[in-house]
Amino acid sequence: MSHDGRPALELDDVCAAYGPYRALFGVSFSVDKGAATALLGPNGAGKSTVARVVSGLLPASSGHVRVGGSDVTGKPPWAIARMGLSHVPEGRGVFDSLSVEENLVLSFRRRAGRRNLAASLERAYARFPLLAERRHHRAGTLSGGQQRLLSLAKVLVVPPGVLVADELSLGLAPGVVDDVYAALADVRASGTTLVVVEQQVDRALGLASSAVVLEHGSVAYFGPSSGARAVVAEVLERRSHPGVADRR
Amino acid sequence: MEQLLGFAVPGIPYGCAYAVFAVGLVLTYQTTGVFNFGYGAQAYASAFVFAWLVDDHAWPTWAAFVCAVAILGPVLGLVFDRFLFRRIPSANSTAKVVTGLSLLVGIPALLPVVFGNGNLVGVPSVVFNPGTVYFHLGADVPVNGTYLSAVLFTVAMLVVVVLLLRTTHLGLEMRAAAESSRLLELEGVDAPRVTATAWAVSGLMAGIAGVLLAPTEVTVQAQDYVTLMVAAIAAAACAALRSMPIAALFGVLIGVVSLTAQGYLPTSSFWYSAVLPAFPFIVLVGALLFVPGLRRLGQATDPLSSVDPPLPPPAARARGREIDRIVRTGFWVLLFAFVVSMLTWMPPAWETVLNQGMAYSVVFLSVTFLTGTAGQLSLAQATLAGIAAFTAGQLAVHLGLDFLAGAVLGALAASLVAGLLAVASLRLRGLGLALMTLAAALLFDVAVFPAQAVSGGTGGLALEPHWLPLGLLSANGHDYFLLAFLVLVACVGAVRLVQRGTTGRFLAAMRGSELGAAGVGVDLAWQRVLAFVLSGALAGLGGTLLAIQQTVIAPGEFNYQLSLAFVVIVVTTGVGTVEGAIQAGIGLVVLEQLLQYAPGRLQGLAFVVFALGALTYAAHPEGIVELEKRRWTERAERVLSRRHRTPAPAVTGRS
Repeated sequence: MSHDGRPALELDDVCAAYGPYRALFGVSFSVDKGAATALLGPNGAGKSTVARVVSGLLPASSGHVRVGGSDVTGKPPWAIARMGLSHVPEGRGVFDSLSVEENLVLSFRRRAGRRNLAASLERAYARFPLLAERRHHRAGTLSGGQQRLLSLAKVLVVPPGVLVADELSLGLAPGVVDDVYAALADVRASGTTLVVVEQQVDRALGLASSAVVLEHGSVAYFGPSSGARAVVAEVLERRSHPGVADRR
Repeated sequence: MEQLLGFAVPGIPYGCAYAVFAVGLVLTYQTTGVFNFGYGAQAYASAFVFAWLVDDHAWPTWAAFVCAVAILGPVLGLVFDRFLFRRIPSANSTAKVVTGLSLLVGIPALLPVVFGNGNLVGVPSVVFNPGTVYFHLGADVPVNGTYLSAVLFTVAMLVVVVLLLRTTHLGLEMRAAAESSRLLELEGVDAPRVTATAWAVSGLMAGIAGVLLAPTEVTVQAQDYVTLMVAAIAAAACAALRSMPIAALFGVLIGVVSLTAQGYLPTSSFWYSAVLPAFPFIVLVGALLFVPGLRRLGQATDPLSSVDPPLPPPAARARGREIDRIVRTGFWVLLFAFVVSMLTWMPPAWETVLNQGMAYSVVFLSVTFLTGTAGQLSLAQATLAGIAAFTAGQLAVHLGLDFLAGAVLGALAASLVAGLLAVASLRLRGLGLALMTLAAALLFDVAVFPAQAVSGGTGGLALEPHWLPLGLLSANGHDYFLLAFLVLVACVGAVRLVQRGTTGRFLAAMRGSELGAAGVGVDLAWQRVLAFVLSGALAGLGGTLLAIQQTVIAPGEFNYQLSLAFVVIVVTTGVGTVEGAIQAGIGLVVLEQLLQYAPGRLQGLAFVVFALGALTYAAHPEGIVELEKRRWTERAERVLSRRHRTPAPAVTGRS
């Protein structure tokens, strides 16, 4: 990430498929270093697929993904993660069978180093006292919101270069969503480049400076977040009247 | 007290053997997420090679140990990981079970092919001298080197493995990788390498266990290692596949209690002859019924499993109208040709072989129905076939009942047992169900089939010609062929009807998603019992057909190993369709007959071929024969469409 001016994350004409089922059709966009981008779109538009292609979980069938200017297409997820990209997946993103502390150790040992392990744990517990209380409980016994906070505690203490957060608000009570977004704002303040996949458009646009709107696996809009709201409304309108979409 | 010690101490080496295997199973499950049925085969492979090097090639013990354990053990584990388990989608638990089973069936059959049929004598104990009595417990219970090395080794292994898993960072990464390899990769950890390490460690442990425990037995036999595996599975199940010390404790207990009871029970009693050998299986059944942790066994733990592409649609229904007509015409022509050939020019040897193939086809039909249609895995199909055969036999002996009428009653008995089995295991899924059916099969193997009242001892029950009309038994030719052909056609027709009817759709829904099926009002419990009952009846009919063909109902013809082999064979040829069962039945007997012409050491190769085939199950759940059929159909479609210069007809899924 030493080259200034290069985007922190760049997708160039990316296509992807689950077996025979194609999900992305030539997706291109880029995110500047330190910026926050909202990835919006209706269900099934390919938002999570974009996140998976970026982190390497799903290989792109064509096109290129660049992190900090270097091509990561075809690299395994662990190699991409070591380049400073962190992906918090949709739904459960923690190890159920491990304790809260073991979850944190697994993350910190690699990214903060063995020496800073104890200090990192302390900072995580100071920021989220609830996790300190539950440190020896199995992560599977935490509530959905607490699991999401545990995922965020990992990236908050040792901020990654790029964070791809997939549907962090999904299935959470509004109050808990506030906590999650407060934590996300902290991550952004530490200089991390953010890509936020979100269904709740207002939440995401409040945080992000630019936005990408996906429709049927293609980019329908890429630009400043101020223009995204109208496009999202348009896309949803087309979805509820399929005939209109066909004439497009 | 003195007497108790005297009976209990000889149980310790056995108990330790069970404990070491149980710990190995739990270790593999905790670090790779796979319940490795092939673990016993891995141990056997190391012991076999070790004995082969020492006995046949006079290698020094240490060199053989390095070669057979330190090298072969981890290499086997790495091969399993690299070429098999890594390719299985994380959510497909059936594929994991079947892959493990094919290793258990295939490896012991493969070793004599590679290394020759030597009867390998047991190997010397590595640590203590087995014959030397080191001290006495109490007044006069001798403790010799075998006991000492068993205990020492078990404790050492338990400590090392627990320390590795609970205190080291590698252990933490292994446990994380077992839950979700993908989630671990997102943390920047090379998860595939962690999993490979876990497999290497597991392979090393299997190798050490195999060689160090070999002195307990007189010879190195695959059978011993499979028996060992079952007791170990019981111990591991008691610990819910989670706690290694508890698994070890139960392993030792099973060994010690068995031997103690053996000492106290009178040798002529029912308890001694039937219940005692079945003791580990009874423990396994108890654990499956009462340990709550086992009910979630084998369920997918990976939150990111949706990254894997969905399973391909059923293969057989993807052909156009023109090809369909050709295939249908070809089928009737071939069927007609087959019947005419069997009745006219077929050499008697081959007619016998093909007759047997049809009987097997009926049994295999029960597997394709249960696994392919209902999505349930049973490892007791040979047992169900045996129940029907023995019922029909005993009815003929005692009531003078016609064997064909007895066959129908026998099939009813088999479906009753299958139904009871289904009811007993209603709370279990996937792996749990597989283990329950395995335990049932083993129970019948050791406690029921060998009984005098059932089979008349190990020799088996010979069929008398007057039990059967038309001289079916004596000819073993055309009459039998017509009978088997009619039964097969009737069974195929019945299965097709059920598959196309309401029940078939309910079962298909259950196979697709239990949650989804329950959501639209399918009574899962009832459907599952129904599937088992129907499959039991099919297996029973097939079993009686086999009995008539072989003229003797021997207990060994229906043992659990055959059940395992049945699943492996059917999975190879295609578990989703009715044709798959017939391909499997005919394929098995033809392959075995062809191997008769091959050199002696290749005799056991039939199972190896099928085991290799089953290993492709992970990538192609429809079976390789089905896969090839679809490929050829697609090729033909392309040729046809090119000739007509029209686009290929749209491919639609009907089933």
